[in-house]
Amino acid sequence: MNFLKKFRCLRFGVTALLLGISTAATTSADANSQLSIIEGYAKESKQHDPKFTAFSAERGRLLFSVRHATGKPETPSCTSCHTKSPLSVGSTRAGKEIAPMAISKTPDRYTDIKKVEKWFRRNCKSVLGRPCTPLEKGDFLTFMMNQ
Amino acid sequence: MLKTFHLPVAIVTAFLVMTSIATADERYAPIQNEMVSKECGACHMAFQPQMLPKRSWEKIMDGLSDHFGEDASLGDKTSADIRSYLVANAADGSWWSGKFMRGIKDHMTPLRITEMPYWVREHNEEVPARAWKDPKVKSKANCVACHVQANRGNYDDD
Repeated sequence: MNFLKKFRCLRFGVTALLLGISTAATTSADANSQLSIIEGYAKESKQHDPKFTAFSAERGRLLFSVRHATGKPETPSCTSCHTKSPLSVGSTRAGKEIAPMAISKTPDRYTDIKKVEKWFRRNCKSVLGRPCTPLEKGDFLTFMMNQ
Repeated sequence: MLKTFHLPVAIVTAFLVMTSIATADERYAPIQNEMVSKECGACHMAFQPQMLPKRSWEKIMDGLSDHFGEDASLGDKTSADIRSYLVANAADGSWWSGKFMRGIKDHMTPLRITEMPYWVREHNEEVPARAWKDPKVKSKANCVACHVQANRGNYDDD
């Protein structure tokens, strides 16, 4: 009986430990992909402009918050769909929920470069009426990483 | 055995069964293609292809870079896969035409499901104007606001 109890206790401990390790592993895997995507944009920015030093979360915040109104009339700014706070759940024009943009709220965001590029391509065109520069993309992601 | 058979009861039962079949028919095959569910469902619910004719899906897939005011463009391979699924399962995709083809003339290529005569008829009869203005509804494309199982092709809850 006592043995059984101990065993159960041990099993619980091991499960908890494994769960902890796997969560930590996925978190760091996500963080690694996010960082490597930002690094990629840093390389591109450097090629664009040799004077480039680092991305700025503040410039990213402005890009996200400012009313551009140079793209489609329905979407003058990022906040049109994503709301003013990157921590909040947004909504598409068709009424579908959008998970928060901030990494603290949606930890697996910005981990797939294809997906990231797809949405920058679409949304920069919709909001700004032009493609985003690598500098803007890096600033934007840096801001979201800090949120 | 025959003595227990009650004709009026049998008639009423048959009537009830038939009417329940007639009203519980707003079901469409759920989307079976992961790419379609994922990509078409990114900004709005992935609508069942049975709700538009083939030619409409073709036109929609040709114009994804300006999709009702959004850039919804996709890579070539993804786009081709999605197109073939939508066309194969369109309202006129089988040898008989689905009910969404009712009232659709040969020269018509509707791009919005909400402009299909069948959709209009079904909603005009029972949806009051104020329901569309509810902020939780936001858009006529938001089927799940009222049809909670629309994602699975079930629109019986009307």
